[in-house]
Amino acid sequence: MKRLLLAPFAFLGAASLASVPASAQDVAITNARLVVGDGSGPVDGGTVVIRGGRVVAAGTGVAVPTGMRTIDAAGKWVSPGIVAGFSRLGIVEVDAVNPTNDAFANGSPFNAAIDVAPVVNPRATPIAINRAEGVTRAIVAPQVGSSIFAGQGAVIDLGDDMAAVTMPRAFQFLEFGEDGAREAGGSRAALIVQLRNALFEAQAYARDPASFLDRGKQALLTRADAEALVPVLEGRVPLLVHVERAADILSLLDLMREFDAIEPVLVGATEAWTVAPQIAAAGVPVIASALADLPASFEQLAATQSNMGRLKAAGVTTALGMINDEDARQARYAKQYAGNLVALGRIPGAAGLSWGEAFAAITSLPAQVMGMGAEFGSLAPGRRGDVVIWDGDPLEIGTAATAVFIDGVEQPLENRQTRLRQRYLDPKEGALPKAYQR
Amino acid sequence: MLFAAFAAALAGCATSDVEPASASAGATTDARSSSSDAADRRYDRNPYPSTYKPYPGRPTLITNVTILDGEGARIDNGAVLFRDGRIVEVGQAIAADGADVIDGQGKWVTPGIIDVHSHLGDYPSPGVDALSDGNEATSPITADVWAEHSVWPQDPGFARALTNGGVTTLQILPGSANLMGGRSVTLKNVYARTMQGMKFPGAPYGLKMACGENPKRVYGSKGRQPSTRMGNVAVDRATWAKAQEYKSKWDKYEEDGEGSAPSRDIGMDTLRGVLAGDILVHNHCYRADEMAVVMDMAKEFGYKVTAFHHAVESYKIADLLKANGVCSAVWADWYGFKMESYDAITENLAILEKEGACAMIHSDDANGIQRLNQEVAKVLAAANRAGMAMTKQQAWRWLAINPARALGIEAQTGSLKPGKMADVVLWNGDPFSVYTRPERVWIDGALLYDANDPRLRPVSDFELGQPGEGDVK
Repeated sequence: MKRLLLAPFAFLGAASLASVPASAQDVAITNARLVVGDGSGPVDGGTVVIRGGRVVAAGTGVAVPTGMRTIDAAGKWVSPGIVAGFSRLGIVEVDAVNPTNDAFANGSPFNAAIDVAPVVNPRATPIAINRAEGVTRAIVAPQVGSSIFAGQGAVIDLGDDMAAVTMPRAFQFLEFGEDGAREAGGSRAALIVQLRNALFEAQAYARDPASFLDRGKQALLTRADAEALVPVLEGRVPLLVHVERAADILSLLDLMREFDAIEPVLVGATEAWTVAPQIAAAGVPVIASALADLPASFEQLAATQSNMGRLKAAGVTTALGMINDEDARQARYAKQYAGNLVALGRIPGAAGLSWGEAFAAITSLPAQVMGMGAEFGSLAPGRRGDVVIWDGDPLEIGTAATAVFIDGVEQPLENRQTRLRQRYLDPKEGALPKAYQR
Repeated sequence: MLFAAFAAALAGCATSDVEPASASAGATTDARSSSSDAADRRYDRNPYPSTYKPYPGRPTLITNVTILDGEGARIDNGAVLFRDGRIVEVGQAIAADGADVIDGQGKWVTPGIIDVHSHLGDYPSPGVDALSDGNEATSPITADVWAEHSVWPQDPGFARALTNGGVTTLQILPGSANLMGGRSVTLKNVYARTMQGMKFPGAPYGLKMACGENPKRVYGSKGRQPSTRMGNVAVDRATWAKAQEYKSKWDKYEEDGEGSAPSRDIGMDTLRGVLAGDILVHNHCYRADEMAVVMDMAKEFGYKVTAFHHAVESYKIADLLKANGVCSAVWADWYGFKMESYDAITENLAILEKEGACAMIHSDDANGIQRLNQEVAKVLAAANRAGMAMTKQQAWRWLAINPARALGIEAQTGSLKPGKMADVVLWNGDPFSVYTRPERVWIDGALLYDANDPRLRPVSDFELGQPGEGDVK
């Protein structure tokens, strides 16, 4: 688990993921206040060149190939698209309307085997609403329903097409705190037994799949669930673990030493700053909640907005995510949250992030902790052509995306909210009811 | 998120207990002390009186700042002077007159933010069942409960609202499980050992009402009325009809003194107060069509809706709301967590403003209350992009004087006017920028937060001795 997560995904390479959308255009954006997304600050006079859906060059002194469509950014900010570090985008339409909510399944006998990739709905309204605000990729996780394992999450794009899934079965998601304890029967101690047992079962399956009989609903792990855990055991996909309490983080790190190949990623991690050296030593990355500063539960007593800044200072790779925080709909808040971390740096005693670090926390770092940093999240050559032109500083409140490219395809920025706004800018009805006004 | 959304949805329905100035604590005391027979026949309108006392402050002059006064004015290179807990002068060149002088070069000053919709104390952190006291979800009508009787003054959320949010006053509402969820209470955002020690002196009470999905779901799932929106209105109407009777009996008794006193009904006391105009109605209601029905119902029974809260679709009926003189308290951009929030747009507040209807921001959330200035910044930016030219000084009204009016406390706070409570925030930059934080917050002229002074960061009893105690949060 100590390896950088980039390694397990090296085999993917460009070849397996490089399906070029049919409508991808070659385009160059010039005269940009350019943000690469790698943690550095913006530079003026930058150019990005996208060809075949991928970034081929970005920086100053980059020449525009002859004949290529060119957009003059006129000094505006240009950056990689925002990556939602932890979300439920595309699997929920209206949270409280159950038939539209595929995030969790209370009644299912299966858990780890659950796979969100085939049910991501690219036409869910949050996709278009977040796309219009510059969110171009998302890590999408299921939610636990009846087990400590929620199932297999996906990485998606927010493009206006029916092919949303960038990487199916990109990770397994596990609850390892209060929620996990509840699913395991009522205590953290029971949770640990259940997790170890499940991993032993998966090992047994991996040794001899043919002899692993499905024992139905009474099984501690069904055949399908055991099968789904094998790539986790072997470190081929990361295990995202929601954990908040410092003591739980340490016991998880201990447990992971027994299953050495597993690549854990901590999610939430409110109290992580209090054990930052141990997390850094284990080489485990974190997808943290940025602004959680309330002792919302007894596992979050040490909550502070300085969590991410202190983790960064301790050398932990830390991306920004939004578990249990409007995660089905409001990935767009990531920009505001990142901006708040910059502001925090001005408060004595607090630990914030520099602008470049904060922006990396919502672009390249979520990609990196998923082992997909070579694919998206920055404008380094070879990355997917996910590029946004903004009318101002993208972390500032009220800045709008004026153009969004995903895989090099320029995206529509309309959605039903913009349509409702247009219809009701003048609320009064005219010669015909509002229903005739389009 | 689903569970969080449900909690938020249920939480989002508290209203305030409002008594008009004439029914406030002082007036009630006078009535009790009167020797007149009519006064003797009145029951106590204020049995849990505020014991809040302003903390000591120093005469303070802040200079060289950009001021948004909360009522729509902006003063560049401005100065504000307060002493003895009150605003003395706001302008440009003000004599120090023995006051401590703060050079606020590059900084901004505003009145403290007022959140008209909070459940702090009633749904405190940590959010465990043992502390969950926000919804008396045992009957669709619980006009008898008072949110103040649930407030836990040690909720760590009060400190976050103060230090990150610049919130100086907030209304705590009971939740929205019920059609009539009970009375609200308005608090100064100052830690005290008791709820009474936080209670805003003289603030009128409110009645929290709710329409829509919550009551019909909560009681429909129990197989009882209401299970539909028509059921919601039916139960409301039946209750208002009884309240009219109750009011009539008590009015007659108090005025004429004939016969023996009618039976007391604690819930009906509250509804009588609404019908008398002493208690303000804060009605959780999302959809435009339902708000229109509620406004008709209010006319039918002779009461007034002060504000619709969570009024996601107010923008569709801005003209109707304006004509009825009803305010809307809204979020900036929450949407889609439940069906009745499906049509939310970020320009809601701005369209109301443009059309001349009363509107304000609100949080309904222990996290959102820490960034209400940023929520308004979102609306302002969206409004200007949509061609509605609006200013920062105009927008600060949504955070200050408008909620103060909806709470009936605008004579005391909600703007930087001489004579008002010195509820003041010094921001370390433009408060509509994401990069800005409160630097100092005064309540009634007492400095209760200073980013540069670790001693001026409140730590509630709950957090004392816990991991992270006293940390910058």
